[in-house]
Amino acid sequence: MNDIVIRIIFVAAYLILAPFIGGLLEGIDRKISARMQRRVGPPVLQPFYDVGKLFKKQVIAVNKSQIFLLMSYFFLTILTGAMFFYGTDILLCFFVLSTAATFLYFAAVMTSSPYSTFGASRELLQMVSYEPAVLLACVGFYLATEVGGHVGSFKVSDIAQADYSAIMYLPGFFIAFVFILTIKMRKSPFDTATSHHPHQELVKGLTTEFGARNLAIYTITEWYENVFLMGVVGLFIINNNPISIAVAVVVLLLVYFLEILIDNTSARVKWMTMLKGSWYVTIIAAGLNLVILMLL
Amino acid sequence: MPEMPVIPFLICFPIVAGLLMFCIRDRKLANAISCISAIVIMAGVGVLVAQWLMGDREPIDLYVDTELVDHIILGAEIFLMGLVTFLCFKYKRYWISLLSIGPTLLVAYAELFGPKVEEAAHIHVDHMAILMCLIVGVIGGLIAIYAGGYLIGYHEHHKEVEDRRHYFMMLLFIFLGAMFGFVLSDSLMWIELFWEMTSICSFMLIGYTRTEEAIRNSFRALWMNLLGGTGLAIGIVYFVYQQESASLSNLVALGAIGQTVAVLPVALIAFAALTKSAQMPFSTWLIGAMVAPTPSSALLHSATMVKAGIYVLFRLSPAMSGNLTGTMIAFIGGFTFLVASFIAIAQSDGKKVLAYSTISNLGLMVACAGVGTPTTIWAGVFLMIFHAISKSLLFQDVGATENAIHSRDIEDMHGLLFRLPKLAIFMFIGIAAMFLAPFGMLISKWSALRACVDAKNIWLVVFIVFGSATTSLYWTKWMGKIISLSHKTGEKLKDMSTIRENASMGIHAVLMIVVCALFPLVSNVFVGPMLVETFGKEDQVLSTAVLVLLVAIILFVFAVPALSYVYGRSVKINRKLSYMSGINTGEDREFTDSFGDSKQLWLSNMYLEDIVGQKKLLVPSQVFSLAVLLVMLSLIIGGVLS
Repeated sequence: MNDIVIRIIFVAAYLILAPFIGGLLEGIDRKISARMQRRVGPPVLQPFYDVGKLFKKQVIAVNKSQIFLLMSYFFLTILTGAMFFYGTDILLCFFVLSTAATFLYFAAVMTSSPYSTFGASRELLQMVSYEPAVLLACVGFYLATEVGGHVGSFKVSDIAQADYSAIMYLPGFFIAFVFILTIKMRKSPFDTATSHHPHQELVKGLTTEFGARNLAIYTITEWYENVFLMGVVGLFIINNNPISIAVAVVVLLLVYFLEILIDNTSARVKWMTMLKGSWYVTIIAAGLNLVILMLL
Repeated sequence: MPEMPVIPFLICFPIVAGLLMFCIRDRKLANAISCISAIVIMAGVGVLVAQWLMGDREPIDLYVDTELVDHIILGAEIFLMGLVTFLCFKYKRYWISLLSIGPTLLVAYAELFGPKVEEAAHIHVDHMAILMCLIVGVIGGLIAIYAGGYLIGYHEHHKEVEDRRHYFMMLLFIFLGAMFGFVLSDSLMWIELFWEMTSICSFMLIGYTRTEEAIRNSFRALWMNLLGGTGLAIGIVYFVYQQESASLSNLVALGAIGQTVAVLPVALIAFAALTKSAQMPFSTWLIGAMVAPTPSSALLHSATMVKAGIYVLFRLSPAMSGNLTGTMIAFIGGFTFLVASFIAIAQSDGKKVLAYSTISNLGLMVACAGVGTPTTIWAGVFLMIFHAISKSLLFQDVGATENAIHSRDIEDMHGLLFRLPKLAIFMFIGIAAMFLAPFGMLISKWSALRACVDAKNIWLVVFIVFGSATTSLYWTKWMGKIISLSHKTGEKLKDMSTIRENASMGIHAVLMIVVCALFPLVSNVFVGPMLVETFGKEDQVLSTAVLVLLVAIILFVFAVPALSYVYGRSVKINRKLSYMSGINTGEDREFTDSFGDSKQLWLSNMYLEDIVGQKKLLVPSQVFSLAVLLVMLSLIIGGVLS
């Protein structure tokens, strides 16, 4: 019973805190980026002001159905995170997340607007680029729980309570996951579908036709998703030792900083380079790691 | 021993009904008879299943002494040989006839002059057979109902094709009878006949339009399937001579305990199954088969006949688990899954996408069978069930759409939701069921991945992981196309689908959602006991608790879009034109070009022809898989001989 209460607290904390953490991370991101570019940058709370303002605006859309598709994207992403923090099957979490991403694709493509359709097509290619690494990471977690003669498990709760940090056995999977995290977080050089910066070739790509409240919903969903992704990064570190939680926080802040650094030091690449790059890294880093783990 | 007269009925009735339909040229009467026959077949399956569920659900062996029937079967085989030889000579494909004459004479010789085969049951009813009967009966029956309606629209649209509906319906029904015979037989001699029957039905249906292309493709399908049939015949005769037995269950039992005598027949029968399930390097026949009218594609080339190969592999799986044959089958299956899903990305012809996706999914099932542990078979069986339902729905829908828009190109389905809403929604459900959470296909794929991780099969894990990524790509872009606002919205289209087609598609859609919701029940009542029968132990990938949780998530995932939809309708929005860098003309689908004229906006999906096109990938992967197959087969044969 106690166990369930803790799980529910985790879920509640995620539901309530995730948008704040996500927004804050974005604020810090913008600040650090600005400093890297020798600008002062906006206040740390700027993302919240932006979203607040978007909610007050009149809703403009090309098609009414965009709202319902974006809402589905929003709720399914939250469901993903809630399932993750409840401690269920991690593969299942990512399956629900990919269904959510499909709804985002529909919201963009259904307008038949040229820029948003291009962006959506590239979004699909991004999905193809990161999916193998994500699924392999799940397989990796499963194999890591198996080490030492235990029964393997995909459950987040089991993975988080292992005797050793998963990263001890999964360095290759971790590298691949961090690599594709750049795609998931829409950071340069892989922000082909839509970008946080002005996007020269596609206007705003995927999000071109999202305005006002729709854009606000999209932004908040991204915050939820980023917190979930950071949770997965943390899962590589966390074990049954409480100190590991502190280590995990440090690691994920470092990873976040790394993403900001990559974002600010690289130029956008063509989608083919992204696809090839992420598949090669997945095959080499995660694949080799997989072979070693399976032969153990 | 309980009597089950419904079994011979199920085998003979469709054949008789088919022959009857060939004779009746009055369309209304023929249509009525085909409808009634399809319903009778479904009722027959209902009786069989009810009888089975009411009994003690133990495997039943029937018909030990069948001398007369054996002679009839031999006669039928020789008749088929004559038919194939005649057609091969008529169309000047002389050498293909050898693939029919050789094996038939071999089997006939073994039966007439070979060793006396020990007494054994010829019919074997167990959970797997019942499940196959359900798939064949229900989906086959529905497709037969659909076919009558479809052909009306088809011949309206294709005036150049000679109207031979009676011939088409005859083959469809004979095929159903053969399929029932195939899944219920335990005698390898009987299996051989029914196997050939399905191959020849498929061949004749592909050639239905008698165009140059159809004839070429039908003969390609014929020789590939007959090649598999040759492997099957050699395997059977070898087993008969070595063991003086012609019982499939006996063969599997011997193989499962590692008897050398079973190695070669198992490998050869598995090889035959690869050809039937259109695995690499034999995939091309299934792509060519798409020239046939849609009901045959739905029934033979995706829902049932190609599953015959999978069915045989599931039967053989205890005898393949962990040996060289299993490794070969698992590798070829996994490889086919990946390559076919790549090539599917580059296809814009709807039916070709469905064909490649069928090959790809069959590959996954084949891989599951090749690994041959209870968990992989559990996943494989569910893949088979869900795939049969959703693919059949999709084929029927693409067929009905083609009759209305006179094209099956996905690009022409832009905005189908606004032009043919009913068909678009069926299509949307069908595609969603193929790959999205929470539908059964994805859950089955998930358990397949899990089972392969447990089986420590690195290759398969990599194949599945990359293959699922590419699978979502081609499905998602197709779905996006259907729901996009159209530049053709104004065009009025006439929905040609008749009540029979809609009934069939509607039942399919409902069936799929019901089976998804009843996942735990199907697992406990059918698949679990089936594994006990096959392996002596049950080993579910997903526990009942997880399955119930899944059902809860299914409801949630359905509820979210539904509720958001209701909410979205109430929101007041200001509708604006799409952003076009300020050169909109005022009409949403047009922009101003550099001459100041208005130009229509045309959006197209990407197909990446140069990267994953059929031209680029097909031949290399055929060569590679053929090499793997030959090397592995030589290793297996060499291992037996040394």
